[in-house]
Amino acid sequence: MTLTFAFDAILALALVAVAAWTTAARDMFAAVAGSVAFGLLMALVWVRLAAPDVALTEAAIGSGVTGGLLIAVGARLRRNGASPGAEPPGAILRCTAAVVCGLVTVGLGAIVLLSPEPAPTLAPLAARHLPQTGLGNPVTAVLMAYRAIDTLLEVVVLLLALVGVWSLAPDRYWGGRPGMQQHEDPNGVLAFFARLLPPIGIIVAIHLFWVGSVAPGGEFQSATVVGAMWLLAMIAGLVDLPPIDRPGVRLGLVVGPVVFIVIGLAGTALAGAFLAYPPGHAKLLILVIEIPVTLSIAATLGLLVVGPPQRMPPG
Amino acid sequence: MSFIRDGLTIGAVAVGAFFFLAGMVGLLRFPDTLSRLHALSKADNLGLGLIVFGLLFQEDELFPALKLVGVWLLALLAGAIVAQLIARAAIRDRPSA
Repeated sequence: MTLTFAFDAILALALVAVAAWTTAARDMFAAVAGSVAFGLLMALVWVRLAAPDVALTEAAIGSGVTGGLLIAVGARLRRNGASPGAEPPGAILRCTAAVVCGLVTVGLGAIVLLSPEPAPTLAPLAARHLPQTGLGNPVTAVLMAYRAIDTLLEVVVLLLALVGVWSLAPDRYWGGRPGMQQHEDPNGVLAFFARLLPPIGIIVAIHLFWVGSVAPGGEFQSATVVGAMWLLAMIAGLVDLPPIDRPGVRLGLVVGPVVFIVIGLAGTALAGAFLAYPPGHAKLLILVIEIPVTLSIAATLGLLVVGPPQRMPPG
Repeated sequence: MSFIRDGLTIGAVAVGAFFFLAGMVGLLRFPDTLSRLHALSKADNLGLGLIVFGLLFQEDELFPALKLVGVWLLALLAGAIVAQLIARAAIRDRPSA
């Protein structure tokens, strides 16, 4: 009992210390490394709070994908000669940011500390109706059945983010390949790693996807692993990214949201509400949605990390 | 029986944690990138290996135990490759040599 308390206390202190260090870090790469470490510690905190689903997502998205994105942004800024520390924000801006962040912290603390005992919860209701969804993992039931609209919006937001990134491309590169051509030794260690790891990663991704119906896991975590394997093969120079105006690329990006919306609209006709599933078919329909959604998320995350097109379109 | 198992776990995990501590000290104290890498890879490979070895005694079923060993093997692989890549970058960027 005291030992677990000591562990939790050390974890909480380490989290605050890493957050403070990341904020104070002068070097951008150091700050990015700090934020990745923060994400991993945060994942441990979620495990301690008995929320392994959130922990997996935090480790995959919060730490992995976001870390990759920030490193790519940092490298890009450095390459373009923009020194990120050149113009430090003024005192007013910094004070305002500090006050706003402080208010958010105080507000969150107040919500946690002042909530009535026991805290209001929908958990018993969610557990009671779990058999109707055919799923064994209540978190997946919330994401794909009770609150499927939120998941749909998340997938669409990711797609919009990619559109935003692409819109930063200079006109002459529109329709070209994203990222730089990689010149890695085809027999080097990185290429070896990029040949060895993806088969294992894809099996892990399928496992995460499949186990999501009964245990922690699901399409976001699975898609992150697939996206990471794709990026690894690309960084090692084994595959090149397709030009962004290829119909196949566009199709892969939108197939998930489109299937999601079509099944949602079918629910309006067959089950009486948008995204409602006809009784008895919930699990099958969720699976039919999740497979293309996983592919679309994987493609979107991978392309988000690589950034806007930077090469002339072919032809 | 469980006394022996717990003893083995505590022993192996403690030695593993010691390797992590030693690797951390090396990372903080060693003078240049290559020797710091050397210190870290010891911690990753041997420390994690010993911790996984210790945890195996707490596992009654085969499959979760294999998963633990798999985690260690993947960490070994990734650690070795990343150490190579960092070392290569360090040598390339070395000012004179």
